[in-house]
Amino acid sequence: MKTWQRDTITSILAIIVFAILTGLIYPLAITGISQVAFPGDANGQQIHLDGKLVGSKSIGQSFARPVIGKNGKPEEKEEELVTEPDPRYFQSRPSATEGGAYNAAASTFSNHGPNSVKTKEADEEKIKAYLELNTAPNKQEYDPGLTVARIPVDAVNSSASGLDPDISKANAWIQAHRIAAIRDLSLATVDGLIAKYTSGRGLGFSGEEAVNVLELNLALDRVTRGTS
Amino acid sequence: MTFAGWFTIGAFAVVLTVLALPLGTYMAKVYTGDRVFLSPILSGPERFLYRLMRVDAERQQDWKSYAKSLLIFSLAGWLFLYFVLRTQDAFFVPHALNPLGYHSPPANVTFNIVSSFLTNTNWQYYGGETTMSYLSQMIGLTVQNWLSAGVGIVVAVALIRGIVGRSGKGLGNFWHDMVRTILYVLGPLSVISALVIASQGVIANLSTYLTVHTITGLEQKIAMGPVASQEAIKDLGSNGGGFFNVNAAHPFENPTSFTNFFLILLVLIIPAALIFMYGRMTGNRRQGYAIYAVVIFMFLGGASVAYIAEAHGSPAQHAAGLHTGVIAGSGGGNLEGKEQRNGIAGSALFDVATTVTSNGSVNSSIESYTGIGGAVPFANLSASEVIFGGVGTGLYSILLYVLLAVFIGGLMVGRTPEWLGKKIEAREIKLAGLGILITPLAALFGTALAVATKGGRASISEVATSAGKLGIHTPQAFSESFYAYLSQANNNGSAFPGYTGLIQPNAGNLGAHGITFADVLGGLVMLFSRYAPILFALAVAGALVGKRVTPAGLGTMRTDNGTFAVLLIGVIILVGALTFFPALLLGPIVQGLTGHLY
Repeated sequence: MKTWQRDTITSILAIIVFAILTGLIYPLAITGISQVAFPGDANGQQIHLDGKLVGSKSIGQSFARPVIGKNGKPEEKEEELVTEPDPRYFQSRPSATEGGAYNAAASTFSNHGPNSVKTKEADEEKIKAYLELNTAPNKQEYDPGLTVARIPVDAVNSSASGLDPDISKANAWIQAHRIAAIRDLSLATVDGLIAKYTSGRGLGFSGEEAVNVLELNLALDRVTRGTS
Repeated sequence: MTFAGWFTIGAFAVVLTVLALPLGTYMAKVYTGDRVFLSPILSGPERFLYRLMRVDAERQQDWKSYAKSLLIFSLAGWLFLYFVLRTQDAFFVPHALNPLGYHSPPANVTFNIVSSFLTNTNWQYYGGETTMSYLSQMIGLTVQNWLSAGVGIVVAVALIRGIVGRSGKGLGNFWHDMVRTILYVLGPLSVISALVIASQGVIANLSTYLTVHTITGLEQKIAMGPVASQEAIKDLGSNGGGFFNVNAAHPFENPTSFTNFFLILLVLIIPAALIFMYGRMTGNRRQGYAIYAVVIFMFLGGASVAYIAEAHGSPAQHAAGLHTGVIAGSGGGNLEGKEQRNGIAGSALFDVATTVTSNGSVNSSIESYTGIGGAVPFANLSASEVIFGGVGTGLYSILLYVLLAVFIGGLMVGRTPEWLGKKIEAREIKLAGLGILITPLAALFGTALAVATKGGRASISEVATSAGKLGIHTPQAFSESFYAYLSQANNNGSAFPGYTGLIQPNAGNLGAHGITFADVLGGLVMLFSRYAPILFALAVAGALVGKRVTPAGLGTMRTDNGTFAVLLIGVIILVGALTFFPALLLGPIVQGLTGHLY
């Protein structure tokens, strides 16, 4: 047998053997072990409320609510729900996922370039929306003296995944004023919840402190309902 | 910038070095055939695999025979992966492993994907969760995550054997090296790290996508999948192909700031260990330390520049009135396209680690990096992936540079250049020179074609570059195209994600079509700049292995001291800068220096 023939036979056998070993046994074994050893983590840290799936701790979501039109039904535009930020809840970071914000079936980058006019315009739009949301009907800012200079970057810049579950503490502290006023809670109560759902830096130094928005909002509802 | 940020970068370098040293020793034993602590468990399976594959593991191969086995094996792998992806919705695929019933990706984009995973590039025109079934991710893509990493490593091992070999022509046996790489090196590391990350929230399941009813009355769909297993080998093997579209920015691939640090370690651990292994195998550990000093110096330099630039913020942010400094409760900086939990330092470090190696995984969007911050990945790629580099590819590439540096040093002192006792002659220098120049050549030709033709410009993103017709003439548009071919030529796989080769109106490939120009050109660039340098590296090994070793004399130029390290840095920067500087000026540097909005 010539060497290229021998190499061909061995190559075919090797691909089959390695495909079974690294493409079936390895992933299925890891998945199986994880399902037994870390079922919560392996299945996406799902959060249930009253028996219903309300989200994943790892995956951010939009806390916008459907806009109800004059006919009493949710408004639609181009077959998509029209939504507005629900001021009673902490708002997540801007998301640029395809098919609407926080589409966790199609993660997408915003692709905003650093020197792009479009990026600047998008930032300005989000700054305006953030200031509006945090201004009471009487035209006073909930957080007195809130201006663009004080808005933390995470409240304006889209996340990488479009699914960032976290916001910065600075962002949460500003929104806390609005939440406290609307929900008739003391600022200290809300700030206490923020501290409770803030994860520290990994190993004490890696990354940034991050406030999990979904957990925080669920806790808010519990406090408001008096069930915490 | 914060203290914690700088501490992260410093601590990372220390932890990496401490872990890579013993791994390098271990790997040297694996490839010299010595017994290691895993031998009692693995030598049985090892012999079994040789029998299954009908391999005589003792048979020595010269460089041509070694190369022949490698090429035929790669061709078989290419065909197998193409078959798997094109039959994604065939009748024999169990529904449980394609729960969403995805169709196959179009032929042109499949050509690109297959070439990409075969060459360890993992360039992705597709988004994993909207294109690939679970079976394709496992038996298709994960398999090549292992095998392409293995091929890179064995070429480096063969080259080292050529450098230190003292008798005959043999460079070892390709099949023996592959099997030992999978079983002794990648296997244990992958299993352990996959379980570590799975315990931290990287998902591992075969469920169908979740439907969530949010507390504000909206619906959210969440993609699932067997992620942990693929994530571990993706990072360990310099692969970088994400399970999800946004790669390691996705919270299911990289859920916490701890996993972020851990994944960066996985990215660099084998490339770092290989350098120490090289020192061991030459019998003089200082040979490895000298190279390690060079690459860690360049790595930390790049990480620092990227961190400073990103912490400063972008012109667009400043024009909109944002303040990007550190304030109480926020790290500030250019957080566009970055995740809160990773912050600026964790994103910059990840970005630099995955672009110095040919990993190409991302945890943030390079498209949104500032001009100077984005120039760092450009510079890393322009150095042809020798700063650590991909598993194996990095080592054999930098060894070609060492050869060049020895030659230049020899010319400067006016003596016949010698390397580890072997005379360096015209044949080796020609081969090494060609091996070094292939990648830049492919990158620049690809870019030139792409920006000069209508077919190439079809891939440029309008969103990223700016409104209307001006878009394709902005520096950002040039950067996108240039980065695409630079990344594919270096088998890196990271991208300015706006650049596309697949139009996909719906998840699951119904009605999807590829952009043939980008798909085919990219595929060819990847294949050419992977296999041509491999052949040159093996040819160099073949040329060196038979040479007689003469003992070092007084006039021999040493390759294990600081002087040589500085010379090597000079050669790397010189080659990279001379080749790429004009092109870099047109894209990232002009954006970084002017602060102008386009």
